[in-house]
Amino acid sequence: MTTEFSQDFFQLFGLPRRFVLDSQQLEQSWRAAAATVHPDRYASSPDAEKRMALMQATRVNEAYQTLKSPLRRARYLLSLQGRDTQEETNTSMPVDFLMAQMEWRESIEEARDDSNVEALEALSASLRQENRALVAELASALDDAGDLDAAALMVRKLRFLEKLDQEIGDAIETLLG
Amino acid sequence: MAYSDKLMDHYENPRNVGSFEKGDDTVGTGMVGAPACGDVMKLQIKVNADGVIEDAKFKTYGCGSAIASSSLVTEWVKGKSLDEAMAIKNTAIAEELALPPVKIHCSILAEDAIKAAVSDYKQKHGK
Repeated sequence: MTTEFSQDFFQLFGLPRRFVLDSQQLEQSWRAAAATVHPDRYASSPDAEKRMALMQATRVNEAYQTLKSPLRRARYLLSLQGRDTQEETNTSMPVDFLMAQMEWRESIEEARDDSNVEALEALSASLRQENRALVAELASALDDAGDLDAAALMVRKLRFLEKLDQEIGDAIETLLG
Repeated sequence: MAYSDKLMDHYENPRNVGSFEKGDDTVGTGMVGAPACGDVMKLQIKVNADGVIEDAKFKTYGCGSAIASSSLVTEWVKGKSLDEAMAIKNTAIAEELALPPVKIHCSILAEDAIKAAVSDYKQKHGK
């Protein structure tokens, strides 16, 4: 057995505890760890070992899913530092950000009402750009500045962008489907 | 679980949808958002010389419960003083609309929106 339950997800994969990570290295470490604890390897082992392997396999997959997503990785890094991202409780986003959210939603609504798939795809492209910019900001807040409050706010912002992405996707699907 | 008739009514016929001029001195604007579901809510109040809210408008992008919650509070705040409006609790909104537990955050959003609108108005008037 290679994994210890006391290790955090970064340690589990031998990665530095940072936001910016090498996604190829993450993928390789995950595959290696998952192979080691794969239940098939324990087919003829005693039940206790089987159960242990299954628990570890679950943990390895949870770790991979958590670290793979920038949003979940940031939330996890903040939680390791005892910081709650307040996604459920904090409603006071910066006004200009909320204004921009309103505008996004209006543009999506308009494009959907006009059955304009091209406009929706253009919105999707600028959303991806916005998302990349925010993730880059998040990286510097977490890895360079160590500004946890700013990072928590960015995680909350990312949730709104996630919702926009979903709205655009749903609209395109409705129009094409 | 089925939604209540009141909720459906506010959702299907939302009251007071729209905007006031943000720069208007008699207007207070509250903008809030719920990260967990991506809902965005703008609630505006128009206050007369006696400090009474005479009109309210809202615009909400969100689920039916969020729309119904904001529609309901625009009705409730009319005729109230600023302090009375500040005293509106999300539990009252949730109760009136019989919101299911997973939608309670929509009523919290509406309460926070009124508070933000009143604060904005007070700030404009140096209070």
